[in-house]
Amino acid sequence: MAEGAFLRISQVAKTYAAKDGSSVQALTAIDLDIREGEFVTVVGPSGCGKSTLLKILAGLLPRSAGEVTIQGRPLAGPNPALGVVFQAPVLLPWLTILENVMLPAKVQKLDPALARTRARELLAMAELDGFENRYPSELSGGMQQRAGICRALVHDPSILLMDEPFGALDAMTRETMNEELQRIWSEKRKTVLLVTHSIPEAIYLADRIVVMAPRPGHIVEVVEVDLPRPRTLDMQNTPEFGRYVRRLREHFRAGGMVAA
Amino acid sequence: MMRGRSLTAGPVLPVLMAVLVFGGWEAAVHLLSISKIVLPPPSAIVLALWEAVGSAEFHWHLLITLWEIVAGFALGSLGGLALGFIVALSPLAERLVYPYIVAFQTLPKVAVAPIIVIWFGYGLSSKIIITATIAFFPLLANTIMGLRAAPADQIEMLVSCTATRWQVFRMVRMMAALPYIFVGLDVAIVLSVIGAIVGEFVGAKAGLGFLLMQKNFNFDMAGTFAILVVLSLIGVVLHAIVQAVQRRVIFWMDTAGDRPVSL
Repeated sequence: MAEGAFLRISQVAKTYAAKDGSSVQALTAIDLDIREGEFVTVVGPSGCGKSTLLKILAGLLPRSAGEVTIQGRPLAGPNPALGVVFQAPVLLPWLTILENVMLPAKVQKLDPALARTRARELLAMAELDGFENRYPSELSGGMQQRAGICRALVHDPSILLMDEPFGALDAMTRETMNEELQRIWSEKRKTVLLVTHSIPEAIYLADRIVVMAPRPGHIVEVVEVDLPRPRTLDMQNTPEFGRYVRRLREHFRAGGMVAA
Repeated sequence: MMRGRSLTAGPVLPVLMAVLVFGGWEAAVHLLSISKIVLPPPSAIVLALWEAVGSAEFHWHLLITLWEIVAGFALGSLGGLALGFIVALSPLAERLVYPYIVAFQTLPKVAVAPIIVIWFGYGLSSKIIITATIAFFPLLANTIMGLRAAPADQIEMLVSCTATRWQVFRMVRMMAALPYIFVGLDVAIVLSVIGAIVGEFVGAKAGLGFLLMQKNFNFDMAGTFAILVVLSLIGVVLHAIVQAVQRRVIFWMDTAGDRPVSL
């Protein structure tokens, strides 16, 4: 096993059975090694299988072929070493924010007192202190998604999987959330795999960007991002950032897709 | 414009409407000299109602009917709830029981009432059982439907943090079923009033349905109408109680009461 491969994806493929009996290949032979503490983003046009890949890693979808290992141990189904953030916050409306954040700890039967302390810390970090006893409907979309991120972190997973987590937010909130996420990541040093269809978001957050293309879903390029950290939103106006944007956009154009 | 709005929003028009309806009714009875045994004037009904409120005999009949409604409702809805959970949890139970449920549901339950009176006699128990039979199905159907209504993304979220099937059931599916269960309770409580009265019509020695038949035989139309008023009040109050409990239990849904009713 190669050194530093914390999360290893080898030859993962996914084939769906279509309604007419034929089979549709959604993913073919995905190979990817992710280092511990690395922030990897996955971009690609819709239909490139990026969300399918994330669902397979989260254990929510069985893979048709290939293997996934975390620190050498094969991954089969949902795993407490993972925290998942979805496109929608998916908070349970009958639970308070604190209870929502503590949900994974409750499911995994972790010590409630410890989980409560951790949940409060996370909420404070996400600037949601004071909202612990509110219900989700009392929070804005951005605040709900921050609570969703806290929930994904409460059981102290080593890997955070994020499926277009800011896709439903407006552009302004989205930029703030990107800054926020970078801060959380630099504090917690989790290994992150984030799927997005926003090119600037992919560059801003990533150590490495995985570019995918459809029919069937495969990886076309892996781009190392050499921008200094911590990154600022102003960095998006620098020529270096612009070069990354152009490079990624090329792939979208080559695939006949309109750039995001 | 302002004047028009305040007129349609305020209490003026509904009050005017009530005066028109009841005043017109009262006037029509007197002017057309309609016989009291065909249609009593509102004033006679109010008088009969007033007499009933002060009569110990009426209280006795009222209490009996209330008990039949509440006990039958409790028995029927608990049974429907329990069987709903069993059917939703066990595919085998669903396969074995569901055909009978569907067959029995299409049957008008009041048609079974005479059989139940033969089996359980003229006392309270037959009326409670008839009421329970009627209250049972709305709860059964809504519980089964509700336990399948949990949004897929909530289930997926729980599964992703390693929840077991039972944890998903407890933490999401049961909670998602609550709004449906309350729709069932709301339908069942209103039907329970019908159940108790129909039961008393078929065979009883006491109760408001029994009293209503008696007054009808004696051509006491004002008394009959007074009982109808009391029955509709019972329905309104019980419905309001269910709604109030629902608002407290399903506090996260402000429009749960407006969900489509299913029987």
